[in-house]
This record gives sequence, structure tokens and C-alpha cells, in this order.
Amino acid sequence: MAEPMKIRAQMQGDTADIKVLMNHIMETGLRKDAKTGQLIPAHHIQTINVTVGGKVVLDAQWSGAIAKNPFLGFKVKGAKAGDKVVINWVDNKGDKRTDEAAIS
Amino acid sequence: MNQLRRTFLKSAGAAGTVAMAVAAGLLKPGQVLAAEWNKNAFEAKNLADAMKGINAAGAAKSADILIKAPEIAENGAVVPVEVTSKIAATTDIAIFVDQNVNPLIADFNFQNGAEGYVSTRIKMAKTSNVTVVVKAGGKSYMTAKEVKVTIGGCGG
Repeated sequence: MAEPMKIRAQMQGDTADIKVLMNHIMETGLRKDAKTGQLIPAHHIQTINVTVGGKVVLDAQWSGAIAKNPFLGFKVKGAKAGDKVVINWVDNKGDKRTDEAAIS
Repeated sequence: MNQLRRTFLKSAGAAGTVAMAVAAGLLKPGQVLAAEWNKNAFEAKNLADAMKGINAAGAAKSADILIKAPEIAENGAVVPVEVTSKIAATTDIAIFVDQNVNPLIADFNFQNGAEGYVSTRIKMAKTSNVTVVVKAGGKSYMTAKEVKVTIGGCGG
């Protein structure tokens, strides 16, 4: 099971500024193991889905070229303090993780 | 994103079946597009094919897309990139690194008030243009910015 995400969601005027730090190795599948010379198989987050107050605001697809322990920042207009932000990701091996936070 | 839908999409397989489900009102079109990882586009080996993969071939150049990235990245494994689209009703932002083995890095789809803005950190194999494609109102726009990389991020 993957480590929890760190989520910070703050209102700035009428826009919620949401920052997420995920915990994932993000292996591209292109790197070679220094000792064995074998390719390290790809293991990275593929899809991310974010809802705010129950409505989907962001749907993203990633390759392995997002840096290790991914950072994601985005803004949602019309959100309110107290709205629940739910973020979930699924990786190419089927691992998944869902975390939530309230906008402050 | 519920488990049932995932299973359904997997078992449906052929695009025709999914299209029928859309027609029958079982699934909303947006959900179908979002749930399937765009394998063709992500595995494309050059920028043109990758752009074709997300239906953005022939995107028009635009000065309303701002890319904030370092001029020189010391470490290609972690390059901070911030994209702001000033184009009204931006629905999608896709980030490409032209010289990476697989140029398509990420494709973001915004809905329900999410603004045309995204900030993340990417890997770059070597010095390259970072190309951003924005979709708004059914049209595609693009812009690019060069980032010099002193140490590559893919492979030792």
C-alpha cells in the first residue's frame, strides 16, 4: 500500500489553490539496473482524478516522466472553504490510493 | 471512479461496445475518455505522433499560454514546470518534452471551475523544448520553451 498523499487546499479570494504531494517511485521503464544491466520495469501513476465538493474538477493521465514523488498544483474557481477535496490515483500495476482534505 | 466501471471498461474491450454503452446512456462520454489511459499517445516516440495521439495535430501557436520553467535545469530528474493558459474556457493542458523517448508527459483535463493552470515536476532526458498544448472550445493551441539540462533524468 502506498504512503498517504500530502494535500494542502487553501482559498485565495474565490479560487481554491490546491497542492498535492504524492508518494510514488515513478519508474519510467527506460532505466537500467546498474548491477545487472537489466531494464527496471515501468511503475508509475497513470490516472489521477480529483473531485471538489463531489464534482470532478481534474482528470489527468501521466507517463513515467513525471518526477519521482509527484507534485501537482492546480486552482479551482468557485470552490468554498470546507469543501472536501478527494484525490485518487491508479498506477500501471493497479495500485491505488485515495486521500482527502477540506479546503481551508 | 468506481470499481464497477473499471471492470466494465476492461471487459468491454472493443471500442464499439463502449460506444454502444455511451449511446445507451450507461456512461457519459467524458468519463469514458478520462478512464482509459491513452496508451498510443504516451508510447509515441516523437512529438508529431504524440500530438496526433491526443488529437492535437496542427495546433495553432498561441502567445496566451505561459510556461514557467527554468532556463537551465541542473537536474533533469526534477524540472519544475508551471503552465498557465489565458485562453478562455481551457479544457485540457498537455505537456510534452520533445527530446524525451516518449514525448508526452501528462494530459490534464479540467472541469467544473478548475482553471487552466497546472504546476508539476517533470523528467527531462536532455536539453529540449518543453511543448504545451492547450485545448479550448474544440480548438488546439500550442507554445514551446527551451530548457537546458545539464544532467539527464532518464538513466544513469
